Amino acid sequence: MAMDAAEIEQLIKDGIPDAKITIEDLRGDGDHYAAYVESTAFEGKSRVQQHQMVYQALQGRMGGELHALALQTSTPEAK
Amino acid sequence: MSDNPATSRIQSEIDENDVVLFMKGSPMFPQCGFSAAVAHALTTLQVKFKGVDVLEDAEIRQGIKDFSNWPTIPQLYVKGEFVGGCDIVREMFESGELQQEFDKKGVEYAA
Repeated sequence: MAMDAAEIEQLIKDGIPDAKITIEDLRGDGDHYAAYVESTAFEGKSRVQQHQMVYQALQGRMGGELHALALQTSTPEAK
Repeated sequence: MSDNPATSRIQSEIDENDVVLFMKGSPMFPQCGFSAAVAHALTTLQVKFKGVDVLEDAEIRQGIKDFSNWPTIPQLYVKGEFVGGCDIVREMFESGELQQEFDKKGVEYAA
């Protein structure tokens, strides 16, 4: 089952309220996405922890109905 | 950690090998593009690594996700520490950080 980009964005927003999120539908097939997530909540966290926070927000969908979400995370001042 | 046989096998793989890649397929014949990308990065850096094919063992396939609290495969371990999945490894490979990590941790290179 594919998910639409707005749904992915909403889930991340719910989990990480201050997140700035950009989602790209890489192939236009509603199944392969890339997400860029920027949040102050990532400060002081390792990259693994930052990604875990996003996966947490996706509530188990990652690796299930959401097969391919290339993820990049950053903090505002890291840019 | 627990009596779960999958957990003990995962633990012994990462204890016994400097670099372990939990992947779909083998380093020679990856069965998934994400696993292939990470195996390719390791091969390019000429690091010696053990590939564990999760498709051969459903308990390891689920077990490694629970073990690392990480929902996807591949997963890379260096000296017992979880480094990341495909996105993180690719980012580190491209920035040169992966090589630095291997050097810092003194992993063995392929002969």
